[in-house]
Amino acid sequence: MTDQTLFAARDISKAFGSLQAVDSVSLTLEAGEIVALLGENGAGKSTFVKMMFGALQPDSGAFFVRGAPTVLKNPSAARAAGIGMVHQHFSLFDAFTGAQNLALVMPSERADAVGQKARALGQTYGLPIDPDALVADLSVGERQRIEIVRCLMERPDIIIMDEPTSVLTPQEAERLFKTLKSLAAEGRAVLYISHKLDEVRALCDRAVVLRRGRLIGTYDARTTPARTLAEAMVGAKIPAVAASPGEPGAAALAVKTLSRPSDTPFGTALHEVSLTLHAGEVLGIAGMAGNGQSELFAALSGETLSPREAIAIDGAPAGHLGIEARRAMGAAFVPEERLGHGTVPTLTLTDNVVLSRRQTADRTTGPGGFLSWRAARRAVSRVIAAMDVRPPNLAAPAKTLSGGNLQKYVMGRELDRAPGLLIVNQPTWGVDAGAAAAIRQALVDRARAGGAVLVISQDLDELFAIADRMAVIAAGRLTEPAATPSLTRADVGLAMAKGFDNAA
Amino acid sequence: MRLELRPRANVPWWANALSPVAALAVTAAVGAVLFAALGKPPGRALYVYFVEPLTDPWSLHELTVKAAPLILIAVGLSVAFRANRWNIGAEGQLIAGAITAGALPVLAPGVSGAWVVPAMLLLAAAGGAAWGAIPAILKTRFGANEILVSLMLVYVAGLLLDYLVRGPWRNPGGFNFPETASFPPDARLAELITDGAFSGRANTGIVIAVVLAILTFILIARTLKGFEIAVSGESPRAARFAGFDERRTTLFVFLYSGAFAGIAGAIEVMGTIGQLRPAISPGYGFTAIIVAFLGRLNPLAIIVAGYLLALSYIGGEAAQMMLQLTDRTTRVFQGVLLFAVLASDTLLRHEVRLVRAKTVAP
Repeated sequence: MTDQTLFAARDISKAFGSLQAVDSVSLTLEAGEIVALLGENGAGKSTFVKMMFGALQPDSGAFFVRGAPTVLKNPSAARAAGIGMVHQHFSLFDAFTGAQNLALVMPSERADAVGQKARALGQTYGLPIDPDALVADLSVGERQRIEIVRCLMERPDIIIMDEPTSVLTPQEAERLFKTLKSLAAEGRAVLYISHKLDEVRALCDRAVVLRRGRLIGTYDARTTPARTLAEAMVGAKIPAVAASPGEPGAAALAVKTLSRPSDTPFGTALHEVSLTLHAGEVLGIAGMAGNGQSELFAALSGETLSPREAIAIDGAPAGHLGIEARRAMGAAFVPEERLGHGTVPTLTLTDNVVLSRRQTADRTTGPGGFLSWRAARRAVSRVIAAMDVRPPNLAAPAKTLSGGNLQKYVMGRELDRAPGLLIVNQPTWGVDAGAAAAIRQALVDRARAGGAVLVISQDLDELFAIADRMAVIAAGRLTEPAATPSLTRADVGLAMAKGFDNAA
Repeated sequence: MRLELRPRANVPWWANALSPVAALAVTAAVGAVLFAALGKPPGRALYVYFVEPLTDPWSLHELTVKAAPLILIAVGLSVAFRANRWNIGAEGQLIAGAITAGALPVLAPGVSGAWVVPAMLLLAAAGGAAWGAIPAILKTRFGANEILVSLMLVYVAGLLLDYLVRGPWRNPGGFNFPETASFPPDARLAELITDGAFSGRANTGIVIAVVLAILTFILIARTLKGFEIAVSGESPRAARFAGFDERRTTLFVFLYSGAFAGIAGAIEVMGTIGQLRPAISPGYGFTAIIVAFLGRLNPLAIIVAGYLLALSYIGGEAAQMMLQLTDRTTRVFQGVLLFAVLASDTLLRHEVRLVRAKTVAP
């Protein structure tokens, strides 16, 4: 430890039952430094950060703030010690303005005074915000800026950022990096949690890698190749996704001028969306969160119904059919939210097979509507083996699996059918590098085996890696798909940010 | 400062099993305090209330008579509650079932044959289901709140029965009493034990209740419909993803729970009562809500819970006679029991923390 050491953790351990989530981890944060915390889902990052922010208590070990041993017994104590955190999932009230949201955490001040203070703070750090606008009207990037300002208003010396760019366009991410660099330049320390190795290498000074609760190593983030970091995270060589342009076949999915008003005041309407998806190809749809992806997925899956002719599966009109009828036509769907949409959190993996496969999983539904749990167990065993789902426990409730493993399960459940048409929303959102690689490879393999695969994603790296063609969705409109090699990242990013008129 | 409930990560199985026992212990403790405050010796009062009814055949029969409708209704409600649909109007569906069942012997007084009892039970199921369908349809079509509508329909059903027994269906030879003619023997449920020291009023209603409870258990545990109900209750979005139509689920659970309450009404009027009267139920439809939760919405556990709540009715009557307590104590007891059941389940799954108001540096 030096005088510059703002924060130190020494031999921090935490166990949940028999699982050693964090195993004697030590690290330091120096003033003026941006440190990346890397690791797969389940590596112990969240547990460690929760202890750092006082939301969990370590079993053993000690924290030091500016050299003094400090017990962080709750988040208030952490804040009082100068530790601030920007969470991955925002906690803003849609129906309030930014200033009102900020005033909620500072009850002693008036909302308009808070708003002025926030605006000034935002200007200092290159975070333009409009505190008087309703949060519901703000883009995800703007909301995140309000979250960051909320954190900065408490003047923390140590700032924890939990996957901040997962919802940002490349341009917004650039702006965030400038802000973080200027915060570090003032002598604060930033702990930056991310899955995206490229941005870690662009932004951070050091990278600390956790695997299965243990500290694997500390790397120079600028000079260490991304591949080395990734291998440190997963502990094995990661196969690169083998995407070779296949031969496009017949139209498996055709959408013709599909329009749909928004169901809720905060939703996005779809405007004349048209696309054709061929057998044997992966079509990627890029876009920032909240630009109509959920609505498009619902319309394609049949969770919301459309005019009969607006959607055709294998040439047969299907717009008016519900999701089970579309499954019977050979389609399979993986929604964005794996808990509570793709699976029922409290039900077991075996039960959850029946959720989307009651017609197609080894006769799980027999005569008279009786379920065969034996058939369901057979199907789930195959899924677990094929996708290496851990723990391989058929009776585990869905909510007990880590994000990556649950996503592998949900993906495997649909792939097990070898569906002719697969529609996936955010396949690797919040999933660790190893699982993400496996999922992407499985999507490409499905297309090469003759399936038609539609991937809706906010992750451009992902789409550039696996999509044969790409389109951009912005404000409920879809651009004309173009062959991926003809596109540049900047074009797509611009189309995502600006919308339809500036489309790539 | 405020109180905060936080979900517990792991709840051991034995704690789950002990929770209803803890609820009963709390209820007994509150009861003891209540009796002491009323000037009765608590130990004796609790004995009269909860133990004495179990000691002679007559009251065991009475217990069964009261348990049968409670079990039936609670089993039906458990299906609705599992789907997160709130049918609070079982009392009205019970009355509707009693009316449609009673229509047969009232409108065809000379009716006879072995087919009469099954026919009346089917009529009762249809009547209860129809009454239950009203809140379901209003909910699915217009978004009306099913709790309010089903509850208000209880009073509509009660007044309808009142009108019938005072008006068109009144027994012409009944000296103007507000009741129908007694049902003919073939429209009555048989008593289980008619001779000997163990004879009493308990009838085949309990057999019907237990058989339907077992069938409902199979429905919940083994069929796609049961799966649909569980998924729909746990996660409506996942239910849509599975292709289950939430309106059809709503309609199904209201028809199901309504039919069960209707059969319970038929058992009452075809069993011990033997005719239609203005009042045919001491609030079984409401008490069954407590039964359903005490049985953790498990149809087999509900059989036990039904007997337990029946005990509170019988014990209340005994306490009225032997201790000169008001019959209101029964209702107080049932209310305390519901609170205790809900509280012990909540405290089992959550821990309570006292959170101090945050002070934030400017």
